[in-house]
Order: sequence, then C-alpha cells, then structure tokens
Amino acid sequence: MDIKRRQFLKIAGLSSIAGIGAPAALQMLFKGEFPNSALASSAPSGHAAPAAAPTGKQYGMVIDHRKFVADPGLAQKCIDACHSIHNVPNFPSRKDEIKWIWETPYENAFTSLPNQYASEEVEKSRFLVLCNHCADPPCVRVCPTKATYKNKDGIVLMDFHRCIGCRFCMAACPFGSRSFNWQDPRPFIKKYNPDFPTRMRGVVEKCNFCAERIAKDKEPACVEVCGGNKAIVFGDLNDGHSEIRMILKENFTVQRKPELGTLPSVFYII
Amino acid sequence: MYDAGKIIAGLAIFLILMLSPFLYNRGDAGLQPNPVKPVAEGPEGVKECVKDTQYMRTSHMVLINEWRDEVLREGKREQVPAGGKMYEKSLMMGCLACHTDKKKFCDECHTYASVTPYCWDCHITRDQIKELEKL
Repeated sequence: MDIKRRQFLKIAGLSSIAGIGAPAALQMLFKGEFPNSALASSAPSGHAAPAAAPTGKQYGMVIDHRKFVADPGLAQKCIDACHSIHNVPNFPSRKDEIKWIWETPYENAFTSLPNQYASEEVEKSRFLVLCNHCADPPCVRVCPTKATYKNKDGIVLMDFHRCIGCRFCMAACPFGSRSFNWQDPRPFIKKYNPDFPTRMRGVVEKCNFCAERIAKDKEPACVEVCGGNKAIVFGDLNDGHSEIRMILKENFTVQRKPELGTLPSVFYII
Repeated sequence: MYDAGKIIAGLAIFLILMLSPFLYNRGDAGLQPNPVKPVAEGPEGVKECVKDTQYMRTSHMVLINEWRDEVLREGKREQVPAGGKMYEKSLMMGCLACHTDKKKFCDECHTYASVTPYCWDCHITRDQIKELEKL
C-alpha cells in the first residue's frame, strides 16, 4: 500500500491519542468492573484503612486505669505473672531491659494528649502499657524476614526462630513495645517455665497477648491475675456484641498515639 | 633406580603406619549411638509415636519444622493422634513429654553425627532448668 508521509503522521497521531485515552474511556464505560491495578493507576491504595478487611478477629484490651489506682499492687502482679510464664529475663542494667508489660508515666504513655493542668491522679500514677497489637502494625511492615507477623486473631506475633535481630521493628514501633536481647538472657531469668522457650542473644521480643494461652481458651495472664474485677478486659474488637465492645460503648476511652494511624487495640479508661 | 632397597622399605613402613588405624579397628563398627526410648516415663504404657520409627529417625527435624510453622503461622494447634493418645504439636510439651531425657535421647545421636541443632538455644528442658537453678 502506498502511504504518504502526511497520512502516516495523521494515523500515528490519532492512534496514540486513542491509546492514551482508552483506559479512561473503558473505566467510564465499565465502572468498577476493572480492578484499579489493571489500569496502572499510580495512586497507592489508601493507607488509612487496615490491610485486611475486618473479617477475622482482632483481639484487644481495655485497661481500666481507675482500678489500678485503687489497687496500687495490681500492676506489679500483672507484670510478674506475664514475665514469669514467658521467661522474661530481668537484667540489672536499664539499658538491657526486656519488657513485655510495664508501667510508665502519663506523659510517656500518652504523648499526644498533653494536659497543662492534669489531675493529681494522672500526674502521679503510672500506666500499665504493653504491645498495642495494632490493626495496622508498622513493625510487621518493616520486618525483612517476616519473623513478626499478624496472626488470624489479629495478634502481632513473633517467630523467634526467624528473627535475625536487625531491630527494624524496634525502630518502627512508636510505643517502645519491643526489647532486644543484647546478651544471653538465660542467666537472668528468675524462674524458668519449661513450657515456653527462653530467647537467645540477638533476638527481639515483646508481648504476644498470650497467644499460647488463647489457643487453649484461657485469657492472657495479666487479665487472669486481675481476677474478676475487670481491671483489664480482653476480647474481640471485631465482634460487635463482645464484652469489650460493650465496655467501649459505655465508657470514654483513649488509645496511645492514635494520630499515627496504627490503630492500637489497647484502650484506656482514665 | 638408586637406593631401591631403602625407598621400598620406607614406602612399606609408611603404608603400614598409615593403615594401622584401619587394621587395628578391623571388624569393629566402633561406638554406636543408642538413643534410649521412654520406658515408664511419659503417658503410661505408650508404645507409639506420632510417626513410625524409621520416619522419626530420618526426618524428625522436618516434622518439627512443619509443626512450628503450622502452630505459629497458621494457628493450627490441634493435637496429633497416635496409638489412641493425643499429643501436643510442641517440642517441649509434645516430644519431650514422653522422651524426657534429652541427653539420652536427643544428644546421643546428635553428638555421634556431630550436629548441633539450635533448638536448645531457646527451648529449655526440665533437666537444664535443674542444672541452672543449682548455679
């Protein structure tokens, strides 16, 4: 076929316009029938929403701080119960400290809720803090070996076998919930529990919401040790009829650093 | 060839020296590992493991790794049946519940085969706890 230069340029121009415009035209014609990714959309999927749809469970906790103020020894009981069943070492130096659940002052726990004239109770008391088992956990996103992951119950778990000790997760966690074993923890464990592993040097560890107890239909150790006084209530946040959701409905609660969008699963009644 | 006598004699002595360990130990298989199976310990009267002996001898590490991934990653913690009993998918609460003596059961072969599995960097047996508590 004989084609002139002028004709060729016309055809080439028209087809390139058609090529550029086609995806948009298709999207308008068949709304929602194509997944966004197929049309090479450059916008990343929204970060605000948690990665998984809330089909599974998301375990969470409500910590009633008033009850810990009323019973000053209770928090230490929770800490001891947790640390003894999980073989958490007790290093003498604070810089080696390993903590799964611990107490911290208000200004450290709730950095985004400063109060110029805080009540005496808030000013003086220390708050029980632990891993928040965020719905959108930054530690899981940064782990290069998938040693830390979110399990089907929404618990942020660690597979100690796979941790290489890079400490990215410690940098990513905005709550300081993770600790690193700078030295062999075994000699610093007060009482050993043979049914739970210890850790080795060079491994990160943190609260596991007692996943091994939940698997046996028991409550986390810190919840159990509080007895029936509901100082800590544990349950599924995705179940609209669970006890924890009832308590959240009836009380004003706060989360730690909610502005970071990690969706912490631990709530406080102050 | 110069000094043939000396060379051949030297070679013969060298060969005998080199082969002497083999000659000395001929017909003897040497020390063999003898892992001790649980007798009275563990759930009473249990004779059967979750897999047959041959599989456990060659591939117990595969099974243990599979259990680890199933329990931790997939949350499949249901117990495993064997000989009418149920066993926990766990090193300490499963395997070591019957095979209580790590030294006589695990280490016996591991030492012989010169393998050092890192299970025991973290998992801790009741005997190890006793030793540590003595210190």
